[in-house]
Amino acid sequence: MPTRRIRFVEALREGMRQEMERDASVFVMGEGVGPHGSCFKQTDGFCAEFGEDRCRDTPISELAIAGVAVGAALAGMRPIADLMWIDFTMLATDQICNQAAKLRYMSDGQVSVPAVFRASTGRLKSNAAQHSGSWYSWYVNMPGLKVVVPSTPYDAKGLIISAIRDNDPVVYLEHKMLLNVKGEVPEEPYTIPLGVAEVKKEGSDLTIVATGYEVIESLKAAAMVEGDGISVEIVDPRTLMPYDSDTILESVKKTGRLLVVDEGFRYCGYGSEIISMVVERGMDILKDRPRQLTTRHSTIPFSPPLEEFILPNPTKIADEIRAMMGKSTEAGVLA
Amino acid sequence: MNKEIKISILETMLKIRKAELQLAMMFKIGKIPSGAHLYEGEEAIAAGICANLRIEDQLVSTHRGHGHCIAKGMEPRRMMAEVCAKSSGCCSGKGGTMHMFDPSIGVMGTIGIVGGGMPIATGLGLAIKLNNSDRVAVSFFGDGASNNGAFHESLNLASLWRLPVIFVCENNKYATSVSVARSTPIDDISIRAAGYGMPGVTVNGNKVDEVYAAAAEAITRARRGEGPTLIECKTYRIRGHFEGDDALYRTKEEVEAAREGDPIEYWKNALIADGTITEQDFLALSDKMDELIAQAAQFADESPYPSPEDALRLCGGNPTVVV
Repeated sequence: MPTRRIRFVEALREGMRQEMERDASVFVMGEGVGPHGSCFKQTDGFCAEFGEDRCRDTPISELAIAGVAVGAALAGMRPIADLMWIDFTMLATDQICNQAAKLRYMSDGQVSVPAVFRASTGRLKSNAAQHSGSWYSWYVNMPGLKVVVPSTPYDAKGLIISAIRDNDPVVYLEHKMLLNVKGEVPEEPYTIPLGVAEVKKEGSDLTIVATGYEVIESLKAAAMVEGDGISVEIVDPRTLMPYDSDTILESVKKTGRLLVVDEGFRYCGYGSEIISMVVERGMDILKDRPRQLTTRHSTIPFSPPLEEFILPNPTKIADEIRAMMGKSTEAGVLA
Repeated sequence: MNKEIKISILETMLKIRKAELQLAMMFKIGKIPSGAHLYEGEEAIAAGICANLRIEDQLVSTHRGHGHCIAKGMEPRRMMAEVCAKSSGCCSGKGGTMHMFDPSIGVMGTIGIVGGGMPIATGLGLAIKLNNSDRVAVSFFGDGASNNGAFHESLNLASLWRLPVIFVCENNKYATSVSVARSTPIDDISIRAAGYGMPGVTVNGNKVDEVYAAAAEAITRARRGEGPTLIECKTYRIRGHFEGDDALYRTKEEVEAAREGDPIEYWKNALIADGTITEQDFLALSDKMDELIAQAAQFADESPYPSPEDALRLCGGNPTVVV
């Protein structure tokens, strides 16, 4: 398939647009998705192409946005509910977690909810406490939901198409720092199966499992430690639930060392799940204790030096790698 | 209302009443794993609204949803087997008393979260409109739910988008233990509709002809594309919030006084007075419903429980990790 370099947001947009062209039951709704084209331009041009019925603005009613998506999905449509920021999804939690996640099971399969709940996630400079969250581990924890966090434009397009086609509710999170990152993306529609990880970088000394923007940060850290003779392998789960434990275990078997880098918080966070899975199933393949590097357990502050102190970055990741490889006397994991 | 509809409505109300009383008895003797929320005294609302609906119209209801399921056409045996947690129940025992589904007759879900159903019904309405159909979606909820954010967001959206949704507020005077007088600063919940630019009406929920007439008007409007309506049906919750609720928050005198306005008595008397039926006809119909419910109860009782492994069938997410 011919590819070209486009931005993550363009790849996401293209995936949604191509699905909407292919399937008349797909529509988008949310605050500002209409003529404005969404806050980060994810639906730029959609109103002109599809009309305001299929790309509809809503009031600031997150619970109803999500609930209307549930109802429309029950009726056989494939709604994409844009909740803007993962922080705002908290207002929609009943409809996502008590309703969308559970209706198929409670009905013994008589109904299903093929809805996609999309939101931006993660840091963006000084967006502060209520606009910088990475709460996806909450949704990973809820039976009935699938959770997708792409890290590249290629993944963004393939995964949104798969999410839309999936017959179960999918929480799809687009990291704000990734929106302008460019990558090779095929022009044609394509799918990436949910539940399949990708080794983003091969290596032999240590496995990093990273999510979202931390994949990019980890790639930078891996380049930094090459000079120390350390070869890092980076596994990107892409789908956080259901996740590809086999690929992760295969990598840890090769390297014997595991560092999870996740922008969420460590307590009951995604890193905790990966580490506990590897310890439960691969205790014998670990040469040393696994670790996770996450955002410090704090409300996220506004001022840049404070924010920098809280969040992961390539230097912190590189320091952690070196510590794990015994190449530095720096302290280990911070909580 | 023609004669057939009048009698059909009476039959529906009797069916619901007898099913609920049968379930109350079965709960007392330990055949139901957890307290059901029964609909005794409110039958006229389900019967009056649903008598106006086609099979392809849709409804979403609440934890107190058995009556709506029966009124929409669910067989009592399947409803009762579900409450008894058997595999022959409408959801094979997975949903239970508070979560009943049968999309083939438009029962898109009875939802156990107060307020949970209204946004879903609004979404059903959106799908109806986008598909250029003249179906309607009905959202049943209570006085308690009308104070929930979901109510306000749903009515606002349904009105803004002119969706074919009938919002039916069953004001039975209690939300669990809290009376409507102590939770709601207005007398008629229907006036809230004006705040969302849509019509609202209050009717006596124990007079099925009033319910029926209000529903007919709202449904006709909705089918014509003129948008949603809020119908408040004033009634009384004769039983406790759930079976096993000692309901000490209200007096026995209040409950007994409410029984004076029994909706089945009202309708029976109305149909005898206008010559539609005789007292004998009523007794025959009542006996017939007794028989139907007795058979349904026996079916529920004799059905097997689901096999334990069935618990993981359909579990969402299909995790790849051994749990």
